[in-house]
Amino acid sequence: MIASKESLPSAAGAGDVDHPTRSPDAPQETFVLNLGPQHPAAHGVLRVLMTMDGEWVQRAEPIIGYIHRMHEKMGENRTWAKFLPNTSRIDYLSAMHYTHAFVGAVERGARIEVPERAEYARVITSELNRISSHLVWWGALLLDLGGFTPILYAFDDREKILDLLEGLCGARLTYCYYRFGGLYNDVDDAFLKGTRDFVRHLKPRLRMYRDLVTDNIILRKRLENIGPISADMCRKYGASGPVIRGSGVAYDVRRAEPYSVYPKLDFQIPTYPAGDSMARYLVRMDEMEQSLHIIDQALDLIPAGPYQAAKVPRVLKLPAGDYSFAVEAARGRFMVRVVSDNKEVPYRVKLRTPSFSNLSLFEEASRGMILPDALAMMGSLDLVIPDIDR
Amino acid sequence: MTTFLSLEPIRVLLYLVGICAFVGGNAAYLVLAERKGAGRIQRRPGPNEAGWAGVLQPLADGLKLLAKQVLVPPGSDSLLYRIAPLMVMAPPLMCLVTIPFGDTVVARNLDIGLLFVFAFGSINVMALMLGGWASRNKYSIMSSARVVSQNVAYEIPMLLVVITLLMMTGTMDLQEITAQQSGGFWNWNIIRGIWDFKAGHIGANLLMPVTFVIFFTCMLAETNRAPFDMAEAESELVAGAFTEYGGMGFGVFFMAEYANIVVGCSVATVLFFGGWQSPVGFLSGGLWGVGWFLLKAYALIFTVIWVRWTFPRTQFYNLLNLSWKILIPVSLFTLMLTGVLIKVPQWLHHLR
Repeated sequence: MIASKESLPSAAGAGDVDHPTRSPDAPQETFVLNLGPQHPAAHGVLRVLMTMDGEWVQRAEPIIGYIHRMHEKMGENRTWAKFLPNTSRIDYLSAMHYTHAFVGAVERGARIEVPERAEYARVITSELNRISSHLVWWGALLLDLGGFTPILYAFDDREKILDLLEGLCGARLTYCYYRFGGLYNDVDDAFLKGTRDFVRHLKPRLRMYRDLVTDNIILRKRLENIGPISADMCRKYGASGPVIRGSGVAYDVRRAEPYSVYPKLDFQIPTYPAGDSMARYLVRMDEMEQSLHIIDQALDLIPAGPYQAAKVPRVLKLPAGDYSFAVEAARGRFMVRVVSDNKEVPYRVKLRTPSFSNLSLFEEASRGMILPDALAMMGSLDLVIPDIDR
Repeated sequence: MTTFLSLEPIRVLLYLVGICAFVGGNAAYLVLAERKGAGRIQRRPGPNEAGWAGVLQPLADGLKLLAKQVLVPPGSDSLLYRIAPLMVMAPPLMCLVTIPFGDTVVARNLDIGLLFVFAFGSINVMALMLGGWASRNKYSIMSSARVVSQNVAYEIPMLLVVITLLMMTGTMDLQEITAQQSGGFWNWNIIRGIWDFKAGHIGANLLMPVTFVIFFTCMLAETNRAPFDMAEAESELVAGAFTEYGGMGFGVFFMAEYANIVVGCSVATVLFFGGWQSPVGFLSGGLWGVGWFLLKAYALIFTVIWVRWTFPRTQFYNLLNLSWKILIPVSLFTLMLTGVLIKVPQWLHHLR
């Protein structure tokens, strides 16, 4: 049943009826297909150089760098605070998590205690951001599969999250809400009430999505047994997030390297052992439910108090050293590593982005698949191109 | 006046103009209907700026397409590239010649109407293949290859279904097939196949609704509509066979798609839903007939639109498997069943 392994074009086998292989008698001719940088399935400026054997992908080499913006180098020539907005531009769909990682690394270095209220607010906004990111992925994947309608429903729900977060920090996409030692702004009652309403609103919507989309036979045929990725392959390429959890490994930074107030909250790490595209799909769908569960608890537990640590100097100088902070972003493990030489400007900022690792396994995993399956699998990896190029 | 209109050359000319106008206007407004329908399904208004509720949108789109240059990509086969849009548009126009819109509204009633429709309907695939082939684009060529294998696969169950119906009706004359289904919706083929109320005995094909579903599925596949739109799989093949076409070159392909849908749904209406016959038994002559026909055909067309905006696209091999492993065996079975149900009572009659 596993298509990508057994149907290697060179292998002369009959193949599975659902995923037939090429005939061994067919002439060994290939052609090169430049998928992207402008292609509807690339979701940005990713270019995949495909060596095709008819409809079969013989080799798919991702070529990246079309929107490289030198974020890491930018980090080396501006102050700690001035680099903060950059982090939300790396993966524009999960900006909260990215700012969280950078803020966390700096707080670790400067030994700033973050007030409890701010930590809970960070968890709530982070999880809202995770849901909005997964909703975009969901709509875009269905768009890749040729279903046009779901993305509009997803954006309808996402709009509510964007409105909530806009009320907090004024930004709708590239938030810069977290600050060293706390938040830009306190979470107000309108936000807390709005979030409660949203949680109540989304739960039945997720059920509807499951009934209408997840259980659809065409969708299942498109995703089940397509693009299986083993846990070993995930480890080999450093894949994380829903990709590795879809391969049956319960690796989640929120549990593996606990940060913020996640240890105090109860949630499950959804895993599916199959490793196919459907497993990754189901992981993300379950994660949205878990995020709602986390938000529910955090809303009950959020204490009163200050939202910003006192006495954070306006111009920070981190003690010399090497600090890192990892978060579970919507696409997987995002880590910021900063090296300070006791100056106002970082010596080095290293960004470890999940999409880069998740993309790098595409070449191996897509070998021998037919084009629509390869693109469905690429959709299930949830790539954000600026996150790869950064 | 009547004699003037019934003069043969005048009549032919009028029908020619009528069919062209119908196809053109219909394609333009079906696009609007599709976009409006998609809007409804997706909780948005759809085009609503040009004219009242967007009624002038097709005009704006058409003018925009007409005003654009048809670019022939360098290195392409420019003759075939230009011929393909013509070839894709001609077959549905030809098919409409023999479709009975009403008891008198038919351009030319042919004894072999059904055969005629399917013969011309099959040319469509050639045109798409030529267009894709001549474009000299890898995506287009892949799309062409898909279109051919898809159409070959779906032609078979479709024709098996049609043969089933032919055995039941005993004629290829679309007007006569319609006439057989007079007297109310219980006499339409889709029900007559199960129980023949006129003759008062069991019908010729107990699986008639299944037969209709097979026909409808094949029609979707033949017209390259979602969820079987392999020719224009925009997230895989950019725009498939039409990738290189711009302006009215693309516009004609687009119009032909809708014309094909109209032909497919019209044939389905005639074969299964009584053509221009009224569902209640009276009010079926003249303009009433045309009204009933259009009502039924457009109900089917809206189903086609509804399906497109509801389902994701199938994968290519699933599509072929569906045809070869499910549709063809089932339609063969219904064919055999029909044969048995027609022949056995005849033998019994002879024995008596």
